[in-house]
This record gives sequence, structure tokens and C-alpha cells, in this order.
Amino acid sequence: MSKTVELPRWIDVGALPLLNLLLALVVSGLVVLAIGENPVEVVEILLYGAFGYEEAWGYTLYYTTNFIFTGLAFAIAFHCGLFNIGAEGQAYVGGLGVTLAALYLDFLPFPIMLVVAMLAAMIFGAAWAYIPAYLQARRGSHVVITTIMFNFIASSLMVYLLVNVLRPEGSMTPESEQIAEHLRLPFIHDIAAALGIKMASSPLNLSFVYAIVISVMVWLFIWHTRWGYAIRTVGANAVAATYAGIEPGRFIIIAMMISGALSSFMALNEVMGVQHRLLIDFTAGYGFVGIAVALMGRNHPFGIFLAALLFGMLYQGGAELSFEIPTISNDMVVVIQGLVILFTGAMEHMFRPRVTKIYTAWRLRQDAGEAA
Amino acid sequence: MHQMHGAGVTGAVQPAIELRGIDKRFGAVHANKEIDLKIDKGTIHGIVGENGAGKSTLMSILYGFYQADGGTIHVDGKLCDIKGSEDAIAVGIGMVHQHFMLVETFSVLENVILGVEGGAVLRDGVDKAREELRRLESEYSLDIDPDATVGDLSVGLQQRVEILKALYRGAEILILDEPTGVLTPQEADHLFRILDTLKEQGKTVVLITHKLREIMAATDNVSVMRQGAMVAHRKTAETSPEELSELMVGRRVLLRLEKGEANPAATVLNVDNLCVDNAQGVRKVKHATFNVRAGEIVGIAGVSGNGQSELLEALGGIRSASEGTVELNGQDVTPGKGVDAAELRRRGVAHVPEDRHRMAMVTAFSAKEAAILGYEDDPAYQKGVLLDWNAISDATANMMSEFDVRPDNPDLKAANFSGGNQQKLVLAREIMRDPELLLVGQPTRGVDIGAIEFIHKRIVAMRDAGKAVLLVSVELDEIMSLADRILVMCDGAIIGEVAASEANERVLGLMMAGVDPNEAKAAEGQA
Repeated sequence: MSKTVELPRWIDVGALPLLNLLLALVVSGLVVLAIGENPVEVVEILLYGAFGYEEAWGYTLYYTTNFIFTGLAFAIAFHCGLFNIGAEGQAYVGGLGVTLAALYLDFLPFPIMLVVAMLAAMIFGAAWAYIPAYLQARRGSHVVITTIMFNFIASSLMVYLLVNVLRPEGSMTPESEQIAEHLRLPFIHDIAAALGIKMASSPLNLSFVYAIVISVMVWLFIWHTRWGYAIRTVGANAVAATYAGIEPGRFIIIAMMISGALSSFMALNEVMGVQHRLLIDFTAGYGFVGIAVALMGRNHPFGIFLAALLFGMLYQGGAELSFEIPTISNDMVVVIQGLVILFTGAMEHMFRPRVTKIYTAWRLRQDAGEAA
Repeated sequence: MHQMHGAGVTGAVQPAIELRGIDKRFGAVHANKEIDLKIDKGTIHGIVGENGAGKSTLMSILYGFYQADGGTIHVDGKLCDIKGSEDAIAVGIGMVHQHFMLVETFSVLENVILGVEGGAVLRDGVDKAREELRRLESEYSLDIDPDATVGDLSVGLQQRVEILKALYRGAEILILDEPTGVLTPQEADHLFRILDTLKEQGKTVVLITHKLREIMAATDNVSVMRQGAMVAHRKTAETSPEELSELMVGRRVLLRLEKGEANPAATVLNVDNLCVDNAQGVRKVKHATFNVRAGEIVGIAGVSGNGQSELLEALGGIRSASEGTVELNGQDVTPGKGVDAAELRRRGVAHVPEDRHRMAMVTAFSAKEAAILGYEDDPAYQKGVLLDWNAISDATANMMSEFDVRPDNPDLKAANFSGGNQQKLVLAREIMRDPELLLVGQPTRGVDIGAIEFIHKRIVAMRDAGKAVLLVSVELDEIMSLADRILVMCDGAIIGEVAASEANERVLGLMMAGVDPNEAKAAEGQA
């Protein structure tokens, strides 16, 4: 109960996450040592794999795009006091929306298709989030339970649709038809080429730019609009919200639907940008990692961008790593990523009390010094 | 009533407790500054001070919850190192907390022996405890059925269980932290009689309170704390409430509010047969019928938990009515379907809720964010689709200067303001809207005396400006000094109305305990 000085922002959002990250890397290093490899070498390969050459950058930012969307999705629900772990399913169903729009409205010109695909993703993702949101707001069913269940339902539903409905006649693989070439999001290297700049080819596409734009919009929405204010009020103190005439149930539904829409934008990157068709399990865990991204980024769009970049780096550098050092299998890379998630996400408050104590002591000495 | 005024003030008797130079810091806050305190054996010693003056910290150090940074504790002249509550109990210190530490589903006896059961087999301990309890009850006239379930007992009796618990553990020195906060005046009087009995039997009592009336009525000596320092020791008989309040605040304070006659005009709020149920379906407000006119303050008195909170919340649009109607200026605003808090605000109802932290503000927000709660839709705060934070900042700064909120920084987190300043910000937010009707609950709970004076003046100013004010408070003093008419609630029903001019503590107290108003007045007449 002892009183302490509040931490300044640079410690809160800068030094603390870095400290957690460092610890994660130290523990990862011990794991690497245990299997008989050199941790320094591993870090070198990891960093080189993520940023060392042009193509690597492209891949890193391509992964980053997905994490930005799912991180933002988690953050907006979190500001409303909701733990939405259903981004995976929401993005998956959002992908269905994008695919259906692209396959059945393929006569549309690209600019209109871009808007239609976005809307389709939003509507499908938000609709999938609406059901758990409604159950939470009106029936009190906990959103953690329902969203995780809806991930399974989405998964089964999509397998059914891909195997029985969307699979083209005669195809053996459970995936949809390719979407028309003129409806695909342009790759950044293609855009660059058109502008006369030569860039290595990578899956990085226009949706990365869109992710940046959406980040700014989410920031504006949360801190500079009435709805954002209402959502934060419900999240921080639902009783005060009721007192103010802000009906918590209504904003729980709104926040969850926005969350679902944001996570479904991941499908723009994957379906419209890279795969050009709907694949089984194209969400590949990005929805879950988005939770760690958001927590590490303190649920602030800028923090989420940095955290998404870190995880993009781990994904791309990790792939490189398992390629370069055969003893570090893909599973080992997952272990390292898991450790980073554990320390930066789940255990993000581990150092906080100690750092606060040290900082408080330092401040007091500083203040005493000024007084004297 | 108290003939034995501090036998040991002269120093002839060994003090029961002596604190020397107790010092405690929490980070930047210097909670206790070199505190010296002597408490004489066999006396009732009061400790007064505003919220945050350091009383609770000092007692927590004495009871072993905190360790002092410096200074020593002497009990019966012996230096004691109190590291935890076990050590405190071992040297004979017992504590009755503000919030009772009882297991409601256990019997009185089971609660008393909790933690000192004496052996693995419960039976032996229980039998011995029953004997001991009987002896204690007769010795201190603490009548209570040892087999009653604690949850079924009234708050006053539960407090008695707490006292028994301390005595059973061999307490010679009993610390009571704000013991009357939840009691009716009659229950409080009964408590003071018990304390007197304890004193006569040679026990020492430390009474922590912020109510000067209780200090004057119950104690032999009193010590005053201000901003972490012990500023004065007085014999109660040789001081006055005025002097004590001046010592507490550090300047002269007006204890009695000066206000003119009310000039009530048209009825603003008309409540007819209103019933309100809580979430569990229990009826908390039972057929309340009353009105509030423009230009008057109607006070609702009652022991905490008798339906006042639910009534106020229903009128504020937070709870729905299950029966009855509410009219505002002749228009139906019965809370429930269609009428919520936002709708009532639009119609000119401002609401200062009882619980600041739970309801009136979001403590994680900045002051300017807290200052628009409930009014975030106001066009003055919008710039297109975005919130106009510059305008909001200016409005907040205006509220802060008008209501003297310190520090006057709209960007500071609401949690970092003191209770009084938080409350002033909430009042500013609601009153500066110039509402038709002001609903205000516990306006000065946890607020310093200096701020209380200010808040009372602002509420009276609302009335004088021709607005209707409905005041709910569990502080009888506050109700009696502010209200023009007083309604008394007991068990969800409004059992009577008393004009403020005819009100006194005894009549109101009897009514609060459920006695019919006519009988209450008759009983008062005989007394």
C-alpha cells in the first residue's frame, strides 16, 4: 500500500518492455546453449535474416502487417475491458468475406473492389465478433470463453466451406479458386518498379500502407472521439459509465465489432495481397500473437507498431535461423517466440514493482538534492 | 459523565502506550513526522485529524501492519518491537477495524475463537471459550448470544463481537478505528457506554475518529494530527470543537453553516409510490412518495444501507423503477424504459453520486477526461467528429478555478487528486451545468473540513438560485445543517418528515431506527 512515484512514460512504454525483451533473449540464449549452439551466432543470424538484406526486410514487414491488424484488434477490445481472443476466427471469417467479394464481383474495377473487399472483410469479421459480444453484453457469457469457442466454430465452418462449397470442380486441395489478377493488391516491389526503383521481390504489398493508415485512425478513434471515450469509460469503470448514461452493453458490442473488423483486415494482406485465394488456416496463429503484440505495445497504436515489427522480425529471422542452423528446428524457433511472448506479454508486470521502487528511490534522492 | 479525566496527564502513572519519535514515509509522502504520544492507562484517548492526516498510519504502526522508519513504541513502560499483529496482541493491544473482520456464516463464538481455537480438537477450546465469553460479557455488560450467526446480527452487535474478540485475546488496550461510521446515533451512544465500562474496568481505549462530537462526548484526552504531525494534546474538558477543528485544519473554520430562509416555489421533482428492486430482486425502496420544490434542499437521513443509495440511483436514471412514477416539472421521467442517466441529464438533472471512486469518476482518466463524464456529447466539446480537447481543457480549467480544485492541472490523473479535490471537480462538473434539480449523495464523504465548508456553501448557493436540491447523507450533522426539510428512510421506506427547524438528533435517530415519527416525537417530549 506504500505510495510510489508514477513512472514516466519513457520507462513505462520504453525501458520496461525492453527489459522484458532482454530477459526473454537471455533465457532463449540459455536454451540455445543447452542444445549446444552458440547464442551469439544465433542472434546474428536472426538479425541478419530479418534485416540483413532487402528481401528480408520485405518479409519482415509483410509479417508485421498481420501483427499490426491483430494487435490493434485486441487493443480496441481491451480498452473496453474485453479480452478478445477470437481474432483468429474473426480474421478467418473476414477472409471468407474478401474471397467471396473477389470471386463473385470480379467484374468490378480494382479501386472499387478495394473498397468492397474492405467492407466485406469488415462486415464478415464484425458479424463473427457480434455473436460473442451480444452474449457478453446481454447474457453475461464471458467473452474469453465464447470467442475461443468461436475460433473453433470458424475453423470447422471454413473447412466445410472450402471442402464442400468453395473448392473448384476437379481440384484436390481444399482451397478456393484464385482471385482475378486485376483484383490483387499490388506488391510493393511492383509499385517501386513502376516508379523506376528496383526492389527485391517479397510478399510485402499495399496492405502494409493500409495498416499504417488504420493505426492512425484507431489512435484518433480511441483518444479523440466520443465513442472512443465511451469505450474507455466502460473499460475502466462500467459503473461510472452507467452513471454517465453510457450504456456498457452497447459499447461492448461496438468495441467487439470494431475489433472483429480490424482483425479481418489481416485477410486483405493474406488473401488479396499474397495468397490470392482462400487457404485452410491462413490465419496461422497471427490472431493469438496479436494479443502479445498489443500487450507489449501497451495497447497504443504506436507501441503496437513497434511490437508488431519485433514479432515480424522474429518470424522472418526465425525462418532464416531454422534454415541456417539445422539443429535449431522450426520448433526451437517457436520456443524462442514463445519465450518472448511469455516475458513481454504474460509476465510484462514482473519487473514493474522493482523498477518503480528503484525509480522512486532515485527520484526522492534527486528531490532531496534539489531541496538542499 | 466522565469524572476520571486523564489521571496520568501529570505523569504520576505509567502510560499504557508511549510513542517516541515515530516516523514513517511512503515514497514522497511523509505520513508520520516524529510523532510523540502518551496514552494514559484507564482512559479513553481520542485521536482526531482530517483524512490523510496520518491517524490510520500511526495506528497501523502500533498494530504491526507497518514498520516505522524511526522511533520507538513502549507499552506499559517496556520497549516493544511490534512486527505484526501477533506481536501487538501479545503485548495486549487489540484493534476493532472500521470494516469488520468477521466470518458472517460463523456463530459469535466461532468468530471469537477464530485463530485461537486452542488445539486440534475444537470441542475443548469451544467449551473453555464459552465460559470465558460468559465472564467477559457479564464483566463488560456486552450482551450477545454466543450461538447467534454473525451475519444475522445488526451492525452494532457485530461491532460488539469485534470488541469481544479483542478482549478474548487479552487486550488491555483497545484501538477503535472510526467505529461509529455505520451506527445509528443510539447505537453509537451504546458503544460509548460500553467504552466507559471498559474504562472503569481499567482498560485503555484509543478512539480514532474525524467526528468532533464523539470526541467531546466520549473521550478524556484528545490528540490532534495534521499533515502527518501531532499538533496538539488536550484534555477534552479543557477544549472545544471550535479549537479542535482549528487545530485540525490549521485555520479558523465555520462549523455552523450560515444560511437564510428557504423560498420554495413550484414542485420540480414529484416522486409517487416509487419502488426499486436491486439486481437480486430484493426490494430496496418501498413505496416512496415525496416531492422537492425549487429553492429548497430536501435531506434524506438514514443509516447507511436503508435504501437511500438505491433511491438516489433510481432518480439519477441508473436503476429502473419497479413500481410508481417520477415526474420532473410535470413530465414523466420514471427511470427505466426510455429514461436513462443521459436523458435525465438532458432534462436538467445533475447527479453527484454517493460513491466518488466507484461511480462519479474514472480515476484512471485525466482530470479533463473526468470533467466531461456524462457530458461528452455536449456540442461545445466537439470539433467535427473528434473531441475538442482544447475546449475541454479550457472548460476544465474554468471548473478548477471556480471550485478551487488544487492542483489546477487539467492533465493530471484524477487518482492523483486528494478526495476533497476530486469531489470538488465532480461538483463543479454537475453544478456548473446549472441544472434544474441537483441530486447529491454524501457530498462530503472523505473530504477535509476546509473543503466541507466550501461544498456546503455551493449547495446552499444552488438552492438560493432557485434550484431544487435532494441531499442524501448519513452524516446527521450535515443533513441538519443543510436541509430545509428532512425525510427519514428506514428499511426502504420513508417513515416520516421533519422540518429542519424542529429536527434534533434524538428524534431523527429514533426514526432512523424505525420508530414511528409521532412516537419518536412523543418519546422526545417525555425525555
